[in-house]
This record gives sequence, structure tokens and C-alpha cells, in this order.
Amino acid sequence: MDVFVQQLINGLTLGAIYGLIAIGYTMVFGIIGMVNFAHGDVFMVSTFIALIGFLILTTWLGVASVAVALLIVLIITMPLTALWGWAIERVAYRPLRGSFRLAPLISAIGVSIFLSNFVQVAQGARNKPTPPMLNGGFTLFERDGYAVTLSYKQCLIMIVTVLLLAGFWYLVQRTAFGRAQRACEQDRRMAALLGIDVDRTISLTFVLGAALAAVAGVLYLLYYGVVSFSDGFVPGVKAFTAAVLGGIGSLPGAVLGGLIIGLIETFWSAYFSIEYKDVAAFSILAIVLIFMPSGILGRAEVEKV
Amino acid sequence: MSVAGINVLVEETRARQAAAAGKLLSVRGVSAYYGSVAALREVDVEVGEGEIVTLIGANGAGKSTLMMTIFGSPQARTGRIAFAGEDITRLPTHAIARLGIAQSPEGRRVFPRMSVQENLQMGASLHGGRHFAQDLERVCALFPRLKERLQQRAGTMSGGEQQMLAIARALMSRPRLLLFDEPSLGLAPLVVKQIFGAIRDLNRREGMTIFLVEQNAYHALKLAHRGYVLVNGRVTMSGTGRALLDDPAVKAAYLEGGLVEASDIVEAKG
Repeated sequence: MDVFVQQLINGLTLGAIYGLIAIGYTMVFGIIGMVNFAHGDVFMVSTFIALIGFLILTTWLGVASVAVALLIVLIITMPLTALWGWAIERVAYRPLRGSFRLAPLISAIGVSIFLSNFVQVAQGARNKPTPPMLNGGFTLFERDGYAVTLSYKQCLIMIVTVLLLAGFWYLVQRTAFGRAQRACEQDRRMAALLGIDVDRTISLTFVLGAALAAVAGVLYLLYYGVVSFSDGFVPGVKAFTAAVLGGIGSLPGAVLGGLIIGLIETFWSAYFSIEYKDVAAFSILAIVLIFMPSGILGRAEVEKV
Repeated sequence: MSVAGINVLVEETRARQAAAAGKLLSVRGVSAYYGSVAALREVDVEVGEGEIVTLIGANGAGKSTLMMTIFGSPQARTGRIAFAGEDITRLPTHAIARLGIAQSPEGRRVFPRMSVQENLQMGASLHGGRHFAQDLERVCALFPRLKERLQQRAGTMSGGEQQMLAIARALMSRPRLLLFDEPSLGLAPLVVKQIFGAIRDLNRREGMTIFLVEQNAYHALKLAHRGYVLVNGRVTMSGTGRALLDDPAVKAAYLEGGLVEASDIVEAKG
């Protein structure tokens, strides 16, 4: 029981990060029907922006409070990463719109390779650690010498994730931009006939997805305390898996899928073997897709005409 | 000044004259292609302020293509389209919509996973919701059925209700010109009557300018002030709605079961 609760907390924390990244995959797929394979690397770039920002703030500018530093880092990392998302769409995807279906996909893989190599060259290939921050936590209960704890980091990750998802949900469901975004998703041509600038809406979708990935990046840096140029790949693939598992195109599905993948991975590591945690996550994906090809919350796919 | 420059000037003058003569929409010499296949050849169509103008023709004659070409996708390869004197031939679709043209498209194309109200809000997005409440009143008066269903998902409504929604959504942008593409397609006769009644009311009571594309030639010609007949991407005939209704070739091809092939009309009319 104690181990179970502890792993539940760990799994939900990891799942929250996956979920934030997965939203970027699912939104882009929803609006232009392509898998943005570079999204994982955009996430990785955001961890580096966050790391550099954090170091500048704490060592050069002498910001003493870790909480203040983190907040500032979050505020600057989101727009900077969003700018990357915007530029990538502009340079690598928009010119290929209307081309054959695989073209933007190939381009996305190219961008992914470019980003990880760019960061490797610019920042070096070694792991980059951060000074430890926000240590300690609450002890929830203790039995037979096993303490179930909720660390401050985990607390912060969950609070930030919940707040952002609430804000994001409001944006998509209640504002004019969100309406336009959903309209483009359902019928791009019709949206244009109503005066919606579809290209601009697609750009903003990339911007939003990248901004959420940036939040995930800051939280990831905080949680693990170390980042590397190759960190875009595995979390990226996991988040993509989460999006597919939840039903690609569905926003609640992406979050749910993220939580499920995070939980599977954590529980498998705790009860079975840590080496096979990725195998477990992907096996569950395969099984779910055999029985529910459109994912847990996805719509049965109707080919768009 | 180059010849091309003079041509542009001449064209612009023409467009201005057309606008001055009350031609809200003028399509001149427009050809459009899908790949290398011509869908429209040298089409001339004009719609004057306050008119109902209809375009009839068989399946595949290019009626919907003309609707789409007016909205810039596909763009006209030759010729010129002007709205209220302004050249819109090369504008992107959304910019054309913002000038005050709205469309109730073929197949209705309501946003299926949005509520009726959200669909109407999409229609009003040009105005940022400034007179939304007032305009909502207005379209609900025209189609009381929508008022009962504001919170329903549009995709779950019947075809007739979706058609009403598509028209209402187009009206929410307060357009100067309203295009209808096959509003009667797939609807029960009683509903068709209702839809055509609404189109008539819009024109007669509110002075809305309407360009109507229809396969249901009888209803369309009865309603319209003027009409055009499109055959294989070419306008082969035009005239008042009454005159076209009485024309033996039109009667034979479009009103009495279409026994005569459309190409025969071309020959008959030279």
C-alpha cells in the first residue's frame, strides 16, 4: 500500500509532464493532420533555454529565491520556445502545405535532427546538471520505516500543470481564438469562408503547443536536475505515444494518455524491472490500439474529404 | 505606359463602371482549372445590388467551381472578379469573406462538433461579437427552429436544420452578398419550400443581394430576377428568370426530366 501510494504520486508527476508535451502533438495533428516529429526536440530546446535562464538569474544576477527564479524562467522560456515553434512551422512546414502527405513528415524529422545536433554543437554533448533546488517535501504517512512523501517539486509540478491546463482549456473552449482553432480543425475551408485566417490559426497552434512544451521543459529540468541534447527523443516519443493512446486529436485524451503512460512506466519500474519500463509502456499502447484503434477518447476516424 | 498597364487601367475603369451601374459582383472572362482540366471557360456573370441571380446547370457543369473561384480557391487563371468595384481575383479566401461576401456552401458544412450557438458565433467572428445578441435575434426570427436548439451539437441535427444553420451562420457576418450553393440538395420537398421561402424573404424584405446555384432549376428560376445556364464550364444562356423558365431548350434539359443532353443546348443556341 505505501509503495503503491508513493508510486502513484511519482507516476502522476511524470504523467503530467508527458501530458503537457502530448498536447502539442495532438493539437497539431488535429489541425493539419501531421505528426510533428520535431515537437520532442522543441521540448528539449526549452529545457536548455530554462537551464541557461536559471543559471543567468541565479549566478550572474544574484536572484536568491529559487521560487522567484523559477517563475521568471517559466515566463521567459514560454515565449522563447514558442518563437521556435512558430519559426519551424513557418520555415519547414508551411511551404510544404498542399504537397504530398509525407513531405511535411520528412521535413519534421529533418527539423528534429537539426535541433538535436544544433544543441549538441552549441551546448556540448555532455549532460548539463543544475544546482539542486526545491529540496524536501511533505511526509504524508509513515509505516514500518517506509515514508510516503510528496516532494515540493512534485507539488509544484502538479499545481502548475493543473493551473495551465485549466487556463488552456478555457482558451480553447471559451475564447474566439479557441473557437477559430476548433473550427479550422473541423473544416479548414469553411473557416476560411467565414473570414478566419487559417494560416495564422495554424501558426498560433504551433505557438501554443511549443509554449506548453516549454512548461514541461521547465518542470522536467526542475524534477530531474539534468538535461542533455538527446532528451528530446525519448520523452518526445513517450508523449506522442500518450497522444495516440488518449486518441490523437483529443485534448483531454492527450492529458489522460500522458498520465497513463507515466503511471505504467513508474509502476512497472517499481514492481517489475526498470530496464523494461519502456517496453511496458509501448506494449500497453499496442494492446490498446488493437482493440481501440482511435485511442481512448478519440473519435472513430472518418477520412476528411 | 505599357500595353499591360493600359489593360489594367481599362479593366479597372470597367470594374468601376460596373460598380457604378449597381453591379455588386462582376465576373468577367473567368477561366479556372483543376490541374490541366478546365472547369470554367470565359465565364461572365454579374449580380446587381438587391437582385437574386441564379446559376443553373447539370451535375459537373462547374457551378460549385464558380462559387469557389469567387472565393479565391481555386483562383481564376484568366479574367477578373470584382466585388463592389474592388478586384478580388487574387485575394486569399478569408480576405474575400471579410469584404462582405458570405456563403452557405454545398453540403452545408456546419461545424459538426460545435453547438448551434458556437456555429453562429463563428459566423459572427468578423465583428468580434459586437452585435451578436441582436443578430442572433434576427436569424432566430427567420428560423425559429434554431432558437430551440442553440446548445445542440450541429452534427446531430437533421439535414434541413443544418441547412438553416448554414444560412443563419452566413447571415451572422452581415454580408452585402450572400452565395447559396445547392441549398435544396438532399432535403425533403417541404423543407426545400421553407428554405426557398426564407431566401425570398431575405431578398424582398431586407434587400439582400443573392447569388444562387441550384440543380433544382424550376424553384431557382421562379425565385430569381435573372438567371444563367452553365454547360461544361461555359455560360450558354442568360436572361430573366421568367424567360429562361419559358425557354424550350431550358425546359427540355432542366425542367422535364432532362431528356435532352446539355450539349444539345449549345448547338441549339449556337
